[in-house]
Amino acid sequence: MKNIHVATTVNGDAVEFVCAPEDSLLDVLRGKLGLTGAKEGCGTGDCGACSVTLDGRLVCACLVLGVEAEGAEIGTVEGMAQADALHPLQQAFIDHAALQCGICTPGILVAAKALLDHNPDPTDTELRYWLAGNLCRCTGYDKIIAAVQDAAKVMRAA
Amino acid sequence: MRYFKPGTAAEAAVALAAEAGVTRILAGGTDVLVQLKAGMVEPDLIVDIKGIDGLRSIVAEAGGFRIGAAVSGAELGAHAGVKALWPGVVEGAELIGSTQVQGRASMAGNLCNGSPAADSVPGLVAAGAVARIAGPQGSRDLPVEDVPVGPGKIALTKGEFITSIFLPSRPERSGDCYLRFIPRTEMDIAVAAAAVSLTLDSAGKVTAARVAIGAVAPTVRLVPEAAAAIIGTALDDATLATLAAAVSAACAPITDKRGTIEFRTHVAGVLAKRAAVIAFARAGGRK
Repeated sequence: MKNIHVATTVNGDAVEFVCAPEDSLLDVLRGKLGLTGAKEGCGTGDCGACSVTLDGRLVCACLVLGVEAEGAEIGTVEGMAQADALHPLQQAFIDHAALQCGICTPGILVAAKALLDHNPDPTDTELRYWLAGNLCRCTGYDKIIAAVQDAAKVMRAA
Repeated sequence: MRYFKPGTAAEAAVALAAEAGVTRILAGGTDVLVQLKAGMVEPDLIVDIKGIDGLRSIVAEAGGFRIGAAVSGAELGAHAGVKALWPGVVEGAELIGSTQVQGRASMAGNLCNGSPAADSVPGLVAAGAVARIAGPQGSRDLPVEDVPVGPGKIALTKGEFITSIFLPSRPERSGDCYLRFIPRTEMDIAVAAAAVSLTLDSAGKVTAARVAIGAVAPTVRLVPEAAAAIIGTALDDATLATLAAAVSAACAPITDKRGTIEFRTHVAGVLAKRAAVIAFARAGGRK
């Protein structure tokens, strides 16, 4: 087992790390870069709690090897707020109480942002299908849908 | 475990052939990383094929499209040309997993995982798609229906891996469709599935067809008897009943927690009928 040096970009910042070949991107983000927003729920790509973007595509960080980040651009929930200003999605989740335990929330925020970035006015059905890979065991999803739609409205008006 | 990301298919094939231990190919990783995590496999060498030229691109070729082995479902679904020519292939690929999985998962990976229930494979088989395989002796082409040989088993030998899948051109008045049954609406594995590709003449009769079934046999299967049942017809009700019967006759499923033999056998026939009707409409046929 030989450790590998990786140079990548996370939330716009150049980042370097050394990891084992079998480390997942999620292991690296949480364990080596201190970015603990992405959560390990299942570790098998079923729950979406580790959702991040990889070169603009929504992926599960648990299904990406850390070494695959070489030369890539990674986006995580830590990159959503601008200084003290929450992203409209983050504010809407607070306003709508769209979370309870909060474990799924970072992944849902990243996933919802990825949708709104290319579809600013989704239907509820489009939104629910898009988020089908983000499991939430607390809210029953309705408040999440309401929060995302509210944030979408705010973002369209901005 | 060693990680190797070669720049050419030849380097990849040499490394895979030279490794005495367990190897895995990494494209989208949505099966491989799950296997690693579960300890189902402990590879000595992982070869990431995404650095090889053409593996991440979709290129027009001879009226069809060559789809790189690491092209993700999301990239495929965003390609207007492939969607217009082979909508049934794209809809099968897009049924795999969540948005997150779609960001990584490839059709070639789905094929090489060897699952009888692989959602992208029946559409490819119905389309007459051909896999291009790189290996230590160079490259060869193999029809997609000949790739799977059993559950989790494929016809590739040591050192070989798929570099692209070719979707051929098709005549005017052609259409295809893939349908699966799952007990929910999303994020599930097919209990039974069918794909139909067909071409019509100017009078609206079927002149050519291919029918494939999934999740109802040890591998995805091409069913020539089912295609023969609809060629020369305009898909009248009696023909559709014959099609369903031919499909059910070709099924050899298992009973498990997700469906019984009887259920799967029946549903595969029903899905083939419905897929044929949709493919017929997409080809411009009117009933």
